[in-house]
Amino acid sequence: MENLILNIAHILTSWLVSLGIPALWADLILLILQWTCIVMIITLNVLVLIWLERKVSGFMQLRLGPNRLGPFGCFQTIADTLKLLTKEDIIPAKADKLIFMTAPMFFIIVAVLLYAVIPMGKDMTVVDLNVGLFYFISVGSLSTICILMAGWGSNNKWSLLGAMRSVAQMVSYEIPLAFSLLGIVMIAGSLNLSDIVAAQHKLWFIIMQPVAFVTYFIAATAELNRGPFDMPEAEQELTAGAYTEYTGMRWALFFLAEYTNLVAVSALASTLFLGGWLGPWLPSWIWIIIKTYLVMLVFMWLKWTFPRIRMDHLMSFSWKILIPVSLVNIIITGGGILFFKGMGW
Amino acid sequence: MIKTDLYTINIGPQHPSTHGGLHVEAVMDGEIVRDAIVHLGYVHRSVEKIAEARTYTQFIPYASRLDYLATHLPTLGYVQAVEKLMGVEVVERAQYIRVIMAELSRIASHLVFVGSLAIDLGATTGLIYCFRDRERILDMFEMTSGQRLLASYMRVGGVSADLPEEFFPAVQSFIKDMPGMIDEYNGLITGNEILQARCKGIGVLNPDVALAYGVTGPNLRASGIAYDVRKADPYGIYERFDFEIPVGEHGDCMDRLVVRIKEIEQSGNIIRQALEQMPEGEVRGKVSKVLKGEKGKEVYHRIESSKGELGFYLIGNGTENPYRVHVRAPSFVNLMVLPLISRGGKLQDIIANIATLDPVLGESDR
Repeated sequence: MENLILNIAHILTSWLVSLGIPALWADLILLILQWTCIVMIITLNVLVLIWLERKVSGFMQLRLGPNRLGPFGCFQTIADTLKLLTKEDIIPAKADKLIFMTAPMFFIIVAVLLYAVIPMGKDMTVVDLNVGLFYFISVGSLSTICILMAGWGSNNKWSLLGAMRSVAQMVSYEIPLAFSLLGIVMIAGSLNLSDIVAAQHKLWFIIMQPVAFVTYFIAATAELNRGPFDMPEAEQELTAGAYTEYTGMRWALFFLAEYTNLVAVSALASTLFLGGWLGPWLPSWIWIIIKTYLVMLVFMWLKWTFPRIRMDHLMSFSWKILIPVSLVNIIITGGGILFFKGMGW
Repeated sequence: MIKTDLYTINIGPQHPSTHGGLHVEAVMDGEIVRDAIVHLGYVHRSVEKIAEARTYTQFIPYASRLDYLATHLPTLGYVQAVEKLMGVEVVERAQYIRVIMAELSRIASHLVFVGSLAIDLGATTGLIYCFRDRERILDMFEMTSGQRLLASYMRVGGVSADLPEEFFPAVQSFIKDMPGMIDEYNGLITGNEILQARCKGIGVLNPDVALAYGVTGPNLRASGIAYDVRKADPYGIYERFDFEIPVGEHGDCMDRLVVRIKEIEQSGNIIRQALEQMPEGEVRGKVSKVLKGEKGKEVYHRIESSKGELGFYLIGNGTENPYRVHVRAPSFVNLMVLPLISRGGKLQDIIANIATLDPVLGESDR
């Protein structure tokens, strides 16, 4: 079980080589296959996630959630997807058409790119970059541009306001996000995500870096545009913010990308703080799925409990509380490392 | 030097948080509100004109469509105005039933307020908790009148039917569960840090301004003025009950929320007393089938609705139809302070202000 997926990959490669294809080409084909798998898993996983989010919110709100289509309503999201696929694609007459139409595509591309570096199990990283964490943070911040494109291209005041908020929010929360991860990098001594996981085989980083975990979690919620930080969307104020003018599948792409981001950020949280694929008995790739889903459930719990924070409070919270706290955390971590090294541990 | 321009943004009439067809034209400087202009009339149904073509009894269902969140309160105000015009006596048991129904309506309306404030600020779950409890009140309305939302239960001279047997255990268990419910709201909604940050010091309505604009109801009491028509000018049998008028200190959104939650408790008190004191007997006095208002006779009757002072001004015509009906709608008057309390705040504060002023557009547009 442990090496099930790896073995499949090996069998495929050797089969391709045996067909007389050069090894480089075989690797390339395998890479394409891996990406196809990731995109398919993401899409199917989002179907499950939307169903789960509805069920969780239903459970929290004393209602049943979807329960008509299939057992426990599990086909509801499929029906919704079909509906979205068949809806009319409306492009506002005064919209900047090129930007308006490409924004959702870029958004989903950026979201999928994040998966390149996440270790999905032991030795199961698509691209085992030695600056994986750095890559994740830099690619993750690109999604701001896509929201700005959507807001600007829609030629709608609500959309633009949502986009402006999103930029301000992401710029402010990018910093505590990166800072909160710095402590881990200092302890692990590497930006490579597989190395960071390996560094946790004795003790998970959530115990060594609890403050960093909290700051990361808050900053990640803001990065994800999820409640209570769902400023760009802000249904009750901005109708739907940057997504107001989008219909049908284009809107669904945004939705898909947001959930894709949610999975990526939760997977990163479990990789960095919860020991990643480390765990007894079960295969490594099952452990990361379990941990990622647990983190996502906490995200859902937060979203369905809290009201939306006000924009200026959001900014001052980042600059006045999160950044100082994460800076102090870095200093303490540095001091701790020196101390323990001095003790000869 | 960067030059910035003001821009307008139209909140409504089609918007998730305007509680109906309200249109607020906000003049914005970035996220800061420079002015907010209220445009009304999207739900105008010319209710007052309709009244002139209907008999006095026929207008009762229309009255309940004024404030559809507190169905018994506008109908109560209307039938009491008609009784004043005709000089009709109301039987004792009906008076108590009216008080119970009116206070239940007030609770239902305030529950919608608390829930919709929560959802307007983005806390979806708060709404569901309030609606769960409001549902029990609507079930009681269904028991008594067969209607959940727009129960035309009040009649000139009494109410349409006696309370059924199953009503009493329902209302008693509701009153018994109320402290627990309020604890839940305080934990989930009022006690939430983010909600407090978004409500405290936001949309401050000074008492003198509130008085100058004619603001009434919980909005006025949140500003610290203990004015309640039930005490100031008791109608029906309200002077028989012992209850308090909760008042706020700062007149901000938080006070408007807290005052309403306290009012829910007080309404529960009134219902408990009314249930204890309620006598047996008829629920509808001997009233002539054809009601004719004396020609030229004018009456004005006001009650404390869940939104504020709700007044009905009737002029008789000597026929079965009134010559003129005017409704003094508290929502309409209360909405007029929205620009005043929104200026200088943030865009998100307008939403909190609309939600805490608690307008019902059916009533303000009529």
